[in-house]
Amino acid sequence: MSVLVFKAILVLVLFLISLGIAAYSTYAERKVAAFLQDRIGPDRAGPFGLLQPIADGVKMFLKEEIIPNVSDKLLFIAGPCIFMLTALMTSAVIPWGKALEFGGQIYNLQVADINIGVLYVLGVVSLGVYGIMIGGWASNNKYALLGAVRASSQMISYELAMGMSVIAVLLMSNGTLSLNDIVASQGTGKLYGFIDISGMNWNVFYQPLGFIIFLVCAFAETNRTPFDLPESESELIGGFHTEYSSMKLGLYLFAEYINMFISSAVIACLFFGGYNFPGIDYLGTVLPHNVVSIISVAALFGKIFFFIFFFMWVRWTIPRFRYDQLMRLGWQVLMPLAIINVLITGAVLTYFGN
Amino acid sequence: MQLTNRSKVVTKPEMTFVESLYLPAIFSGLRITIKHLFKKKATLRYPEVTREFAPVYRGMHVLKRDEQGRENCTACGLCAVSCPAEAITMDAAERKAGEENLYREEKYAAKYEINMLRCIFCGLCEEACPKDAIYLTDRIVHSEYTRGEFVFGKDVLVEKVDQRIDISKRKKEYTI
Repeated sequence: MSVLVFKAILVLVLFLISLGIAAYSTYAERKVAAFLQDRIGPDRAGPFGLLQPIADGVKMFLKEEIIPNVSDKLLFIAGPCIFMLTALMTSAVIPWGKALEFGGQIYNLQVADINIGVLYVLGVVSLGVYGIMIGGWASNNKYALLGAVRASSQMISYELAMGMSVIAVLLMSNGTLSLNDIVASQGTGKLYGFIDISGMNWNVFYQPLGFIIFLVCAFAETNRTPFDLPESESELIGGFHTEYSSMKLGLYLFAEYINMFISSAVIACLFFGGYNFPGIDYLGTVLPHNVVSIISVAALFGKIFFFIFFFMWVRWTIPRFRYDQLMRLGWQVLMPLAIINVLITGAVLTYFGN
Repeated sequence: MQLTNRSKVVTKPEMTFVESLYLPAIFSGLRITIKHLFKKKATLRYPEVTREFAPVYRGMHVLKRDEQGRENCTACGLCAVSCPAEAITMDAAERKAGEENLYREEKYAAKYEINMLRCIFCGLCEEACPKDAIYLTDRIVHSEYTRGEFVFGKDVLVEKVDQRIDISKRKKEYTI
């Protein structure tokens, strides 16, 4: 099997996994919401309501497609497409596990190991703003426009702090921007230089502040509570997707969950060692290489699922910010903190050598 | 002017540094919500599980028969008189020879109608009845499509001989 065929299969599998996880995130969201509020949640469609996402999807497809008369038709259709496209594109640079090996041929579980991986993620995520902005603008509706304006200013503001908090991580891993190298560097070496657990040299232990900043920014980037002002259904009737119906609305909602999945993956890769797990070296000596690879994929997905749960957990805990509070937090708190974090990291690295 | 001593002076103290981080507050909030994950759920899966009614619950009426399957009602009209919503109407008739197995006494209700849209389920008819004929049960009045269909006649109200309606709980709790 040539590498090209393998990559094509990987892309297809990733596509399906992203959509599947997004579908079941909607189910999980409803279940988590219900459980945190002492309810049961959807349990009618199939065992434990497991077929609920399918029912929701069928409902979305069968609903009437309404395009407002006064809207800009082309842009109205382009909005959700761009949003979905950017959401799906991000998964290309994430290393999903240790490389597989068949007959001497090594297959990297990463679609594209580009040397600017982190930059690519930040760039593509920023493009997602266009999906929201175009959709909100083309709707020709004041609520949609307000939601779109809120979304774009919020996402642009938080990208700065996000980028700054990532820089500290990049300094930690010898300045490489490749996500694969960043993850690999967290799998080698001893934690704090003396705790010898293989695969536990995670960045979060060195960069707790950077992690918190990145986490807060990830919440803001994915428009999740407490930063869900673009949607804020109680103020803006759904924000930028007010005018959307049928599967276009479905694409927006779906893409939001894919964004959540991808940002969980990025958090796991940057701060929680990606596919590394404690004892990965020991397992490598007793188990065949490919089995360890599959366990590493499972480890990464475990981390991702935890963060998806964390997103939902926070959603049902913290109320929405006011817009000026949101902006103050982004510009006056997170930005300076991120810069200070970069300075401290740089100073410490310079002082102690590497 | 202070009217009661319950009033409180509202102050807005400056937040301390730790408070202004919000993180401790967020973590305590997260702890509270995660506790609810393991709590007993309040939901009842309705069609499979039903919530038990209180013994004094007053639902749809039933016209009782005695042990031999004869109707208790003698069409005395006390229920109709006591009804504050004027929901009950009836026509009395005399029992013919050969109908002794149908009606317990010489007089019976040929027509007995309760307008369920008028009824306020107060239970006064049940209290007024001297013959133990009418009871409010824990059954729920079913829905209909037109207003006319809510006037329930004897075909709905009288219990079937082979499907007796249990009112023992209600009788025990409530009769004097």
